[in-house]
Amino acid sequence: MTPPPTRDAYRDLLVKLMADDSRLYCLDSDTGLFAGVDFASAADRYINVGIAEHNLMGVAAGLAASGKIPFVNTMATFATTRALEALKVDIAYSGLPVRVVATHSGLSAGHLGPTHHALEDLAIVRALPGFTVVTPADATATEEAITQSVDLPGPVYLRLGRKATPALEAGPIELGRVQHLREGTGVAIFACGPHPVLACLRAADLLAADGIEAAVVNVHTLKPLDEHAIVTAARAAGVAITVEEHWRCGGLGGAIAETLSEHAPTRVARIGMPDTFAKVVGGQEHLLDHYGITGERIAATALTLIGGTRNDPGLP
Amino acid sequence: MSTPSTSTTTGPATARGTGPVTDRIREHIVAMCAGPEGGHLGGSMSLVEILTTLYFQVLRVDPADPGAEDRDICILSKGHGAIALYAVLAERGFFPAEELATFGRPGSRLMGHPVTAVPGVEMATGSLGHGLPLANGFALADPARRCFVIVGDGELQEGSVWEAAMSTAGLGLDNVTVIVDRNGLQITGRTEDTVPLEPLADRWRAFGWAVREADGHDQAQLREALTTRVPGRPVVVIARTVKGNGLPAMQDRVESHYARLGERQFARAIAVLRARARRRCS
Repeated sequence: MTPPPTRDAYRDLLVKLMADDSRLYCLDSDTGLFAGVDFASAADRYINVGIAEHNLMGVAAGLAASGKIPFVNTMATFATTRALEALKVDIAYSGLPVRVVATHSGLSAGHLGPTHHALEDLAIVRALPGFTVVTPADATATEEAITQSVDLPGPVYLRLGRKATPALEAGPIELGRVQHLREGTGVAIFACGPHPVLACLRAADLLAADGIEAAVVNVHTLKPLDEHAIVTAARAAGVAITVEEHWRCGGLGGAIAETLSEHAPTRVARIGMPDTFAKVVGGQEHLLDHYGITGERIAATALTLIGGTRNDPGLP
Repeated sequence: MSTPSTSTTTGPATARGTGPVTDRIREHIVAMCAGPEGGHLGGSMSLVEILTTLYFQVLRVDPADPGAEDRDICILSKGHGAIALYAVLAERGFFPAEELATFGRPGSRLMGHPVTAVPGVEMATGSLGHGLPLANGFALADPARRCFVIVGDGELQEGSVWEAAMSTAGLGLDNVTVIVDRNGLQITGRTEDTVPLEPLADRWRAFGWAVREADGHDQAQLREALTTRVPGRPVVVIARTVKGNGLPAMQDRVESHYARLGERQFARAIAVLRARARRRCS
């Protein structure tokens, strides 16, 4: 049975939590995610501010500064580009417990086009001091992330998608710690988000057929980064790949490269959206395929890294 | 517990010895502008009566318990008026007035724009257009508290103010009051030559707000306007002020926006303020 989309899983869990915890607020910005939802006794804690993202974040900050715990709903690109100053000055500066639930991340807005894609949000939000940044890889992990986020003292950025994605069949996640999905020392592959993680698992299968055991590490928490686990995996393998539904600059790849160059210099190949806006029309899967965020590409990259050749066009 | 202040801001000199509190506040502002970094002189002087009326006559706040849950909220959205806010908070008892001498110096918590490390400062401001969205949140959290936002008139050129204003009215947040420090100037000149704001009262009415106008240097008028409540509607008080009020050489001049006063300018400014105070008391 296909699990619900991550944003639906989040929605349903939030409504349940709000019933029993009067601190929790649900702030909406005309997303439509809560259409038809019966908040019952919590109805006065659902507030739709309309299409107004700066106001949305300011309202969240004011509520949080008053002892409430607001979950804020908008699309990932609007949260981090349109409303960035409010995230920075009103929320991050004061370390307020606002939970920014950013849907339609990466290429998940598909054919809706580049104005709705979020390929920059991880680079932006991880630069803000005090933010916890999480990209769960399936609906179950989303629920776990929310449960663990409620009482975190500072702000949280929760990166969700749009359509349903498969269940990972992995154990529970722990915020701040990576999740090891495959063990191996042939190459260390780090990923975040549903499609990148699934692509890495496919790559691991392809590499296994070539006799290479790849470690696949689900880095659901980009900030704070589980540096110890990342360094350990990279040291064991000697080469590393990062995979994300994000521009190659500044997101997961950037974070891993920063950490490894400081603690355990390792050759890191970053797989993600190249330095372009999406120039073709298509759904999320088509775009991922077109721009090379695939198991086949990851496996080929691994072989190139291990083989030490410079033939892969993805490498400089 | 927060109680409304019963302090008076007019009348003879107090125990501190130099005159009514607004005179002392103006002297504090001038002194901070004579420090190593200088300060936002003009836009702080235009705020003096607004802040004094709020903190001494209107706000339910307790200097001994700045975080009291039942307190009213006041956000200085025009954060560059910080030195006026610091002077008022000090006079009101949130921290010792001696600390004002540390303004802008290494290790001080008194920065050029206010931050929450300072007792009495609710949120860090400085980038314009943030105060009203924040106040919307504070107001929603507790309908029993009043939330005041002080904005500059140049600040009204930021779209985020109007985005929030639609929301305040749309949500019926009648515990929100905005005060516009309508001094008519911004860095590059008159507001009306840059982005005209008039008809300003009509704009706010069109956004669903109740409008009051007041002489921004007349505390009786300000008190009347700031205690106005209109069921179901937020209130905006357009306070007509003079940038640099109190120093005739600076008044209504663009140059007053930011000043670093040398020794002689500082001495002259203090002399002017004290002469004015004496004329008022005689």
